[in-house]
Amino acid sequence: MGKTIAEKILSNHAGRDLRSGDIAICDVDFCFGQDGTSSIIIDSFNKLGIKKVFDRSKFYMIIDHSAPSPNIGVSEIHKKMRTFAKTFDVGMYDIGCGVCHQLVPQKGHVTCGDLVLGADSHTCTYGAINVFSTGVGSTDLAITLASGKNWFRVPETIKVTVNGKLPKGVYSKDVILHIAKDIGSNGATYKAVEFYGDAISVMSVDARLTISNMAVEIGAKVGLMEADEKVLKWVKERSPKTPKPVTADPNAKYSASKVYDVSKLVPQVAKPHAVDNVSDVTELSDVKINQAYVGTCTNGRLEDLEIAAKILKGKAIHPDVKFIVAPASKEIFLEAAKKGLIEIFVKSGCTVVAAGCGPCVGTHNGVLADGEVAISTANRNFKGRMGNPNSFIYLASPATVAASALTGKISDPREHKKKL
Amino acid sequence: MKHYARRLKVQDNINTDYVISGRYKFKIQDPKELAKYIFQDIDPEFAARVTKGDVLVAGENFGCGSSREQAPQALKQAGFYAVAAKSFARIFYRNAFNIGLLLVECDTDFIDDGDEIELDIEKGKLKDKAKGLVFDIKPVPSVMKKLLEDGGVVEHFKKYGGFKFD
Repeated sequence: MGKTIAEKILSNHAGRDLRSGDIAICDVDFCFGQDGTSSIIIDSFNKLGIKKVFDRSKFYMIIDHSAPSPNIGVSEIHKKMRTFAKTFDVGMYDIGCGVCHQLVPQKGHVTCGDLVLGADSHTCTYGAINVFSTGVGSTDLAITLASGKNWFRVPETIKVTVNGKLPKGVYSKDVILHIAKDIGSNGATYKAVEFYGDAISVMSVDARLTISNMAVEIGAKVGLMEADEKVLKWVKERSPKTPKPVTADPNAKYSASKVYDVSKLVPQVAKPHAVDNVSDVTELSDVKINQAYVGTCTNGRLEDLEIAAKILKGKAIHPDVKFIVAPASKEIFLEAAKKGLIEIFVKSGCTVVAAGCGPCVGTHNGVLADGEVAISTANRNFKGRMGNPNSFIYLASPATVAASALTGKISDPREHKKKL
Repeated sequence: MKHYARRLKVQDNINTDYVISGRYKFKIQDPKELAKYIFQDIDPEFAARVTKGDVLVAGENFGCGSSREQAPQALKQAGFYAVAAKSFARIFYRNAFNIGLLLVECDTDFIDDGDEIELDIEKGKLKDKAKGLVFDIKPVPSVMKKLLEDGGVVEHFKKYGGFKFD
């Protein structure tokens, strides 16, 4: 019987043949923490009583969740991270550099075939560039920081094939929301997902990262894709590491297979308070919004900003709407400025905030008032996620968010399809 | 010590944002202080009802979402001896055992708030003494048992100088 991508990458890092269900100790190629998790990483690392990190080139800390700091408590966490980075001479991306899940692949820390752990649940993002990457807690990460290893249970894999040409105004975000609706928020718990199909092949790497980013929203450990020419070019341009692309065997064993035809898919929207509570945009045209947000590790990349800017160009957002934009990294911010996108955003009434997580985690940059409604390109709409349990969050593509900001209610971006 | 069930009003898909909101986890560093704010967004009176040794009772996919270790830590500090749920999300599952909090997977439909609970991990049974019902617990993997016996992954690592699972 052949092997899945997950079985192969974990076998390569354990130095022995592994199958789903096996438990093994594996070598980890890269690991990191962010400002919501690094404080406990540091505490747990110190408790281990080990005096140095396993490899100072394979660990980074990223300040992105609450950056710049909104209060004293967070400032103390940031200070603790900076002190640790200096003491142990490890790398750090400080405020304004961007979101961890943009920086880790963009800065070339990972390449195809790597095994990566991050103390953040959306670490599954780099599955799109053929990396077995998954989120863990802080203490798990501290163990890896000390030893370069961790234990893994080899997951079963669900094979998802996405076929068909996406209609204008419909994007990879709509595809993953559609899949989340079908599979459900725990449909892939403990499992890996492999994504295939002609709809995926024609997507840019940016668009694919959006899909893998949300694998955890269906419970998955990682959302893997094969490394085609596009991926290899993308990683080679960014990383000095040699890619080790891993493909699944034709006779690999899958726990389930799903096939989707997206040629007639309409823009999808996840309603409060669950990511799998998904409707067609056309069913929600009565929903008024108070805030729009384009950004995050899901949809804060250049392509996402370009799509939103195309819709906003030359127009003003609805007077009752606050629109926040957070580029996913400093480099994207600069590129967006060069291309005139930042000017479009500011002129249309948007507030552009520092590269980072923005208001996604509810600590700053646009906390909602009681009863307020937000439409966001993020990946979670849990009650209270954006800082107020008495507010409501809808999730959609950058196009749907921009279209909605113009009208003040949830709107179909296909009305702007001539611009897209 | 006697253990009593503390059943959440909402049972399924309790994410770690609900266990402990981002509003508090960034502000409060002391886990004991953090424990006062568990389930604030879905059941604000819940935290005050927890007493030491209680067993938290939930449904499917408990602990989904964010990887925040503050979630199991706050439950442990609140006094919970264990969490019993129909299923758990994977990051939470690892985090809980890593810090020495016991999780058991079993049918929880018939366990009411306040029922006295007995747990026997070796035999794989959860007994609801108030109802006289006994439920099978899905076997706790040997790795998890070992971590729990050693008092969490940090203690395990210190004891053996690395992982030792066989």
